[in-house]
Amino acid sequence: MPQQLKKWSDLMGEFRMPSLGADMTEGTLVQWNVKPGDSVRRGDIIAIVGTEKADIEVEVYETGVIETLIAKPGDKLPVGTPLAVIQVEGGAVVIVPPSEQAPPTPAARVRASPMARKMAQELGVDLKKIQGTGPQGVIEKRDVELAAQTQVRAVPTSAEAPTPSKPIEGMRHAIAMAMARSNREIPHYYLSIQIDMSKALHWLDQFNQQRSIENRILPVALLLKAVARGLVQVPELNGYWIDDQLKPSPEVHLGVAISLRHGGLMIPAIHAAHQKSVEALMEALRDVITRARSGRLRGSEITEGTITVTNLGDLGVETVYGVIYPPQVALVGFGKIVERPWADHGMLGVRPVLTATLAADHRATDGHRGAQFMETIRHLLEEPESL
Amino acid sequence: MTENGIRQAIFDSLRKIAPEADPQKLRPDEDLRQALDIDSFDFLNFLIGLHARLGIQIPESDYTQITTLSALLRYLSLRLGGGSTEGS
Repeated sequence: MPQQLKKWSDLMGEFRMPSLGADMTEGTLVQWNVKPGDSVRRGDIIAIVGTEKADIEVEVYETGVIETLIAKPGDKLPVGTPLAVIQVEGGAVVIVPPSEQAPPTPAARVRASPMARKMAQELGVDLKKIQGTGPQGVIEKRDVELAAQTQVRAVPTSAEAPTPSKPIEGMRHAIAMAMARSNREIPHYYLSIQIDMSKALHWLDQFNQQRSIENRILPVALLLKAVARGLVQVPELNGYWIDDQLKPSPEVHLGVAISLRHGGLMIPAIHAAHQKSVEALMEALRDVITRARSGRLRGSEITEGTITVTNLGDLGVETVYGVIYPPQVALVGFGKIVERPWADHGMLGVRPVLTATLAADHRATDGHRGAQFMETIRHLLEEPESL
Repeated sequence: MTENGIRQAIFDSLRKIAPEADPQKLRPDEDLRQALDIDSFDFLNFLIGLHARLGIQIPESDYTQITTLSALLRYLSLRLGGGSTEGS
């Protein structure tokens, strides 16, 4: 009998430990929200998985019936490990629990993409020790990258390397890994632009005066709207750099950097932001901030951001030079709106001015396209009725 | 409503958005948002909480009048018709 997978139809029904970020190599099953025999629909939250950053609600991508729960709450498992068997509509799949699986024979061929093999050879990574996260468990480039990072972390590079005085906390460690990877791999370029926000703030003031305090809109909703619209104009900034090529996303899923009160940050995505009104964006922002700060984000929100937006204006920062969150290819930063002298048609006045910055991956775009994006944002915010 | 009642409403609303903080330790002249690390989203939630408790909607144009605990007490007291907030 095949040891790993016995497939009764072409329909797959495996529910695996998800990768909830570029930095995640393993996760802990915190709880199941389902039991064997329960019906589930695509998008249902069926489990909570603990990561270094937070506990995340994880959705299922199949519609069917829970056949078996393989993993138990408290199990700490590598990304890609089967957690449950789902009998999908029209077929079923049986996955033998990991504890019953025979170890792969030495002669067994490891399933890996050509790029992953090449990178493993270059980095000295043993493919046999990696759990693939691609289709059917195929090892992909990013699996090798993660394994290489883990190796580097495990083996001191110098006897003189300083020893941390205390263990790095999980959240900090996860951020450190992602940002170190970004700085190592992504050739950043930066552009900044100053935007006269007088019309936008006036528009917002008029708008908010007609609404109850519960439905008030914050300036950041306008910024998100402008970014989403700008990305429709310059789609090369919206997507991922994977396997040495740009993969633009047809949908704009805005990852919004949210600081947590106990430290660290999460970057959940607001899905299909390009299709949302300013009011809908504010509502979505309210929803993700509330859930991020109460530990109730969903897996798809963590993994599907196509660009990151960070707004540090509340802290008085005027200009943000961000670090791109891989495999994304851009990050937009906003600072504080400050009053500045502003020349317009030969007249000097005082205007509320916002500095917007773009950190972009030079492998994916050039400064020219980045500048077009920034100019689009500026135009939209200076003519807010066009938003 | 008494000043203590207003103060309690402020503290209750602050605890909702900054549960780890102790509003009792706030100095009267301290910037609320800086002292408790409150961003614009949480500040709006704070005001929504005050509205729920006190029935007062604070317009954005008045934000500059409520930056400190003493200023906020004074502002709310006036809006509620309570007059002076000595000792805040």
